[in-house]
Amino acid sequence: MNEIESHGGPAANLPEARASVQQVPDHFENPGLPEHTPRLGDVDPRADKRRERIVLALFALSTLGTIGVLVAYFALPTGKDVATIHRSNLWLGLGLAASLLGIGLAAVQWAKSIMSNEELVESRHPMESSPQVREAAVRNLAEGVKDSGISRRGLLKSAVVGSLALFPLTIAVPLIGNMGGTWDVSKLKHTMWKKGLRLTIDPNGRGIKASDVTIGSVWHVIPEGLDKTPDPLEEKAKAMVLVVRLDPRDVKSEQIPGASYEGIFAYSKVCTHVGCPVALYEQQTHHLLCPCHQSTFDVADGARVIFGPAKRPLPQLPITVDDQGYLVAKSDFTQPVGPSFWERLR
Amino acid sequence: MSTTTPATPTGKAAAATADWLDQRTGVGVAVKGLARKLFPEHWSFMLGEIALYSFITLLISGVFLTMFFVPSSNEVTYSGPWTALQGTTMSAAFASTLKLSFEVRGGLLMRQVHHWAALIFLAAIVTHMMRVFFTGAFRKPREINWVIGFVLLTLGLAAGFSGYSLPDDVLSGNGLRITDGLVEGIPIIGTYLSFLVFGGQFPGTALIPRLFTVHVLLVPGLILALVGLHLGLVFLQKHTQFPGSGRTNGNVVGYPLFPVYTAKAGGFFFIVFGVIALMAATMQINPVWNYGSYDPAPISAGAQPDWYMLFLEGALRLMPGQAEVVLGSYTLPLNVLIPGLVVPLLILGPLAVYPFVEAYATGDKREHHLLDRPRNAPFRTAYGMSILSVFFVLVLAGSNDILATHFHLSLNDITWTLRFGFFIVPGIVFVVTRRVCLALQRKDRELVLHGHESGRIVRFASGEYVEVHTPLDEHERWIRVQHEPIRPIQIAPAEDSRGVRRKGFAADARRQRLSRLFYETRVEPVTPAEYAAAQAHLAVGGPHDEREQITAGADTGSISQG
Repeated sequence: MNEIESHGGPAANLPEARASVQQVPDHFENPGLPEHTPRLGDVDPRADKRRERIVLALFALSTLGTIGVLVAYFALPTGKDVATIHRSNLWLGLGLAASLLGIGLAAVQWAKSIMSNEELVESRHPMESSPQVREAAVRNLAEGVKDSGISRRGLLKSAVVGSLALFPLTIAVPLIGNMGGTWDVSKLKHTMWKKGLRLTIDPNGRGIKASDVTIGSVWHVIPEGLDKTPDPLEEKAKAMVLVVRLDPRDVKSEQIPGASYEGIFAYSKVCTHVGCPVALYEQQTHHLLCPCHQSTFDVADGARVIFGPAKRPLPQLPITVDDQGYLVAKSDFTQPVGPSFWERLR
Repeated sequence: MSTTTPATPTGKAAAATADWLDQRTGVGVAVKGLARKLFPEHWSFMLGEIALYSFITLLISGVFLTMFFVPSSNEVTYSGPWTALQGTTMSAAFASTLKLSFEVRGGLLMRQVHHWAALIFLAAIVTHMMRVFFTGAFRKPREINWVIGFVLLTLGLAAGFSGYSLPDDVLSGNGLRITDGLVEGIPIIGTYLSFLVFGGQFPGTALIPRLFTVHVLLVPGLILALVGLHLGLVFLQKHTQFPGSGRTNGNVVGYPLFPVYTAKAGGFFFIVFGVIALMAATMQINPVWNYGSYDPAPISAGAQPDWYMLFLEGALRLMPGQAEVVLGSYTLPLNVLIPGLVVPLLILGPLAVYPFVEAYATGDKREHHLLDRPRNAPFRTAYGMSILSVFFVLVLAGSNDILATHFHLSLNDITWTLRFGFFIVPGIVFVVTRRVCLALQRKDRELVLHGHESGRIVRFASGEYVEVHTPLDEHERWIRVQHEPIRPIQIAPAEDSRGVRRKGFAADARRQRLSRLFYETRVEPVTPAEYAAAQAHLAVGGPHDEREQITAGADTGSISQG
C-alpha cells in the first residue's frame, strides 16, 4: 500500500493496485508511530538557550507576582467604601494570578520545550487476573467460608445480616427524631393573623389607615407585633401580605365575598407554587408576578393564576377597619398559605 | 537503593532520604512502577484535570474562608464599615460574610476565588463527562469509573448548592425557600421532610450550621474519597487514548509521568488556579452586600441561581400549573414534583446507566482502550447531543426573564416556545446529529477512496477536464479506517430445527430491537478491498472510469441496512 502512494499519480500505481485486489487483507494495517522530528531547540544551541531563558523569565514573573501580593496586602487598606475594597481585591488578585500563572506556565513551557517530546510506548495487559490467580482467590475464599462455618449454620447468617441491618437505627432514630424540632407540621396551616390584628407596613411596623391606601397603590404588609414574636422570620415567612386598592369598576370577581374593604384587597405574599415572595405588582393590569418562576396572579379576579407554574390563587386575608380607621384582619387566612403539601386540605 | 545518583550533595541527600523511606515502606516498588508510567496526550484529557485542580483551589480558598465565616443564624446588629446596612439586624452568618468581604484583607478575593472555582469545578465536570461520553471512554473496563464520576457530579451539585446558601443573603435564602417548597410537595412525608431539613418551620435557625457541616465536611470528604478512587482506577486501568498511527487497543502511547506529566500536570494546577485568581481579581461575583441579609419578604426581579442550578429552575418555570391535582382530600403538586424530581431523574438517570445499556445493545464483552471518534458512534453522539439540547432548553427557560428584558420579548411567548421546545428540540437535535455523523463518516470514506482535491485540473486528450486527487498518506488514512463497524446483534431463531419454540427468545428479540435502534443505520469504514478497487478504477485512467468510480463510491458509502 505504501508503495502505491509514494508513486503519486494514478497511472503509476496500476500494477500494484491490480495486484493488491487479489490479496487484500480484511483490515488495514496500523502504520505505526510517525517518525519523530526534533524541535529547533534540540538541534540549535541558540534556540536551546532561548527556551531556557523563557522558562526562567516565567519563574521570575511568579516571584514578582508574589512580591506584588505582599506589597498590595500592606499598602492597600480596605476602607469603608466599595472602591478601596475593589482596589485591594484587584491588586491582590493580579499579584496572586501572576504568582500562580508564572509557575504554571514555566513548568508547562519547560515540559513542552525542554523535556523530551518523543512519545514512548507501553503495553497494556487485560484487567482480569490470570486463571491461576483467580483459582487461588476462589480457593482462599472457599477456605475462609469453610473456616467460618457459615454455610452450615443458616441461622448465624441471618443473625449477622439482621443485626448489621438493624444497628444503624441506634444512631438514625435519635438523629432524625431530633432534627425535626417539634415536628408540629400543622403549624404550616396557620399564621399569626387573627381577628382585630392590625395590618402594618413592612418593615417599620406602622399601622395603615384605610384612607391612606389610594387606588393603584401597593403595600407590603406584616402583622402588628411581628418582631415581638419568638420566631419573627418563621411567622413573617407565612404571614406576609400584599395590600392593593382597586377601582371597584375593575374588580371582576372576589375570592371571598366581603373579605375586602372598600376595594382594598389583602392577599398572601407567599407564592402558591414554591413559596417565593410575590412582590411585583403591575398597576395597569392588576397583575401580581412572582419573580422566581413567573406565576402571574390577577388581583382583580380573586388572585386567580393567569400564567405560570402555580395552580392555586393567592389566599385572601379577610380585612376590615377598626374604630380608628386602621386596617385590621377579620380572621386568619381561611386556607393554608404558600406551597402545596400533601395534607394541606385535611 | 540507588546506585546511579550523582555524587552531588543534593544527590546524596536525596539518595539517603529515598533509602530511609524505602527501608520503612518499600516505596521503591511504587516509584519503579509509576515514575515512567505513560499517559497519552490530548487537550480534552485536561478537562478532568481542570475539575480536579479547581477542587483543590476550592479546598485552599475554602479553608481560608472557614477561618472567618460564622455559620450561625443568631441575630446580630451590624456595625461594620458598609454604611448601607449599618444598624440593621442580620444573621451572624451574613455579618461574617460582610466582614470577610470588607474587613479581611484578601477575604473578598478568596470569596470570589471560591465562587468562581465552584462554577468552573462543575463546568469542568460536565465537559469532562461530555468528553468521556462522546468518545465512548466509559466502555469496559471503565463503567465503574463512569458511575463514580456520575456520583461526583451529584456531589458537586450538592457542594455548590450548600455553599451558595451559606452567606444567608436574600438571593440564596429564596433559593432555600424554593427548595423548601419542593420538599413540602413530596407526597405524604413532604412536610415532615421539610421539618427534618430546617429543624422546624422555614427558615428556622438550624439550617445554616447544618449546611455548613454538609458543605465543609460531609460533601468534600465524600468527594475527596471518590476522587481518590476515580484517579486510582485511571492509574490501574491506564488512560484511554485516541486512535492514530501506532496507537492500538493493546498499548499506551504518551509521555512519562516523571518528568513530563509531573511538570505539565503540576504546572496546569497553577495555571487553573491562576486563571481563577485572575477572574476573582477582575470579575465581581455574588456581591451579597447589595442583596442584604435574608428576609422572607423582599426579592429582586431577574434573580438567577448559579449556572448548574439553572436547568432545575428552568424546569420549574416551564411546567404549567394545571398539573397540581387533589386526590380525595390530599394534594399532589405535580406542577412542582415533575420539574423538580422527575425531569432531573429522566435527564440524568439514563446517563448514569448508559454504559450498561450500550454494552447490552452491542453484546461486546471486550475491553476498549481506544476512544471512538464521535462520528463513528452516531446513535450515542446523537443521544448525548439531544440530552445536552434539552439541558440547554431548560437553562434558557431558567433565564427566561433575562431573555425577555434583554431582547425585548414577551416572557409568556418565550415560556410557551420553550415548553414546546422541551419536547421538540431534543428530537430534532437527535436526527440532525445522527445525520451529521453519518455524513462525516461518508466524507471520511470519500477522502480515503479518492484522496484530497488537489486543485490541479488536467485536460484529457478527449478534451474533458478532471481534477487530480492526491491520495491520503498512510497516517491520514489510518485514522479514517481504523475503527470496527458495529452491526446489530444476530440472535438465534425463535424455533429450533424441530420447530420447538426456544426459551428466552422474547428477551433476545427485545435486545435485538434495541441493538437495531443503535446500529441499524450506519456507514461502515472503507475496507482494504474497497480501497484497492477504488485505486484500480483510478488507475485505469480516463475520465469515464473516473466518473463511474465516484458513483460507485457513493453507493458503498450509503446507509447500510441490516
